[in-house]
Amino acid sequence: MSQSNDYASVMARKGEIMKRSVGIDYSLFESGSIAFDYEKMMRETGYTLEEMQKIQESVHVGNTPIIELRNITALARKCAGSGLGARIFIKDEACNPSGSFKARRAAISVYHAKKLGFKGVLTATSGNYGAAVASQAAMAGLKCIVVQECYDSRGLGQPEIIEKARKCEALGAEVVQLSVGPELFYKFLLLLEETGYFNASLYTPFGIAGVETLGYEIAMQFREKYGRDPDAVVCTNAGGGNVTGTARGLQKAGAQSKVIGASVNLAGLHMASDQQFNKKSFTTGHTGFGMPFAVWPDRSDVPRSAARPLRYMDRYVTVSQGDVFYMTEALASLEGLEKGPAGNTSLAAAFALAQEMPQEQMLVVQETEYTGAGKHIQPQLTFARENGIIVYFGRPEDETPGKNIVLPAEPHLIKATDVDLTHMRTSLIKTAVSQHQGELTPADIRFLAEETKSSTAFVKKVLAQA
Amino acid sequence: MVEKGKWVLIRRTVLEPGERAPQAPEDTREVPLRMWIKGTLQKRAAIGEEVTVLTRTGRIETGTLLEENPYYKHDFGKCVPELMAISDQVREMVFGGEGE
Repeated sequence: MSQSNDYASVMARKGEIMKRSVGIDYSLFESGSIAFDYEKMMRETGYTLEEMQKIQESVHVGNTPIIELRNITALARKCAGSGLGARIFIKDEACNPSGSFKARRAAISVYHAKKLGFKGVLTATSGNYGAAVASQAAMAGLKCIVVQECYDSRGLGQPEIIEKARKCEALGAEVVQLSVGPELFYKFLLLLEETGYFNASLYTPFGIAGVETLGYEIAMQFREKYGRDPDAVVCTNAGGGNVTGTARGLQKAGAQSKVIGASVNLAGLHMASDQQFNKKSFTTGHTGFGMPFAVWPDRSDVPRSAARPLRYMDRYVTVSQGDVFYMTEALASLEGLEKGPAGNTSLAAAFALAQEMPQEQMLVVQETEYTGAGKHIQPQLTFARENGIIVYFGRPEDETPGKNIVLPAEPHLIKATDVDLTHMRTSLIKTAVSQHQGELTPADIRFLAEETKSSTAFVKKVLAQA
Repeated sequence: MVEKGKWVLIRRTVLEPGERAPQAPEDTREVPLRMWIKGTLQKRAAIGEEVTVLTRTGRIETGTLLEENPYYKHDFGKCVPELMAISDQVREMVFGGEGE
């Protein structure tokens, strides 16, 4: 009997498709109310840190070098007040097989898919994760399909995404490219149903826990080389997995380093708008994902996301597109390192944040990504100009996403702008409550306090205002 | 004409404007959801014809034939002189004009 494949019918089958394709019965962790047992889910469905290190080592993932950016630090100190300008380090995650830290996430997902006997893996991503899954699937001998949001309705594609498609194809994957819209998830579900492949979602416990080794390595490498943990770790934030995994890894190492999320400010641009799709120069690491996924993690492609960044962020800052382009050029010109722009979001933030910290402190940018045709500041700025974006030197605060890209006239103009975390925490609590019917239990209150890295008193205060 | 067995790019409309998700922004709901996919052409056809392909994972997909041996057209772009200006600026600040 053929079933109906219209949008509403397919979305109605979401639950059963998911259950089959990720092999996790999420109901085991549910309380029936707002609360669910996050740690139990991470513990019982994932792998231990030691197991993950072994899995990743066997597929050449991890143990990437940490590089001290002495010249970037020198530049920051030229811009900073007396005695300020922490040492800036970068973890060269581009050394992973697929060219980004996403290999860590993919390694665990693909290992798990193979263990469960799936013949292939499917993932919905326009980012580096696609190449990571393709690379790991190639090693494991599994088939791989990557579903991308790539073009506007005219068929004009973001150069960065087209490059990622090329890389996936080079690694043997099938790439399904779609025009803009939330129905990417609809097509993704149809493909899961058709193929019976494993859903290598970015948001399963495997997808997130795979990043824990990154945070753990940072602590271990710093202790070995510098005798102590770094003072702060800056993570580019989009869907929240990078922040969550890194912070959990740091915690498992017993490190007290501050965890700071950083996103490119794309305020005002609608991520699902056909007309605005090609008006942005960043396809990930931006507030268009960073904000909504932080305040409502379960909007992802699994019932309960393992990426819950508000549990872990001590601070969340934004930088402008122009700031990131400037720092990407500075990284090449001062350090001789040509790396992809999106991963440098946290570098731009770190450049500003280091100027608030004393010189003896240490600040780590926890990723780099590969660069290539399309995925490089020059084609991205060329593309921006061709799409009517005005590029000029000026003050970063004058940047309006979708209208212009303001390259900082001087490096001291690069600022990390704090996002109001209290506001985001409030928003998460209100969203959770609005999705729920009935009275909140004491367990719900405790859960919301954990979700927001706050207190039960804070949660009660927000609820009283609602 | 493109011969059977050639590697091709096709395009298909997945959802017409009236079938799109209710939560999509208005400008997105006014246009179809389109899909581009590559595969091996199953029957000799001309560009623009409706065809069937076999994808890398062995699935069958149908759509309009667009291109044989599809070209990756993304590149390193035009020179952006502002990037060289940034380069000069940061080198001057850190190394004090060495190399001039």
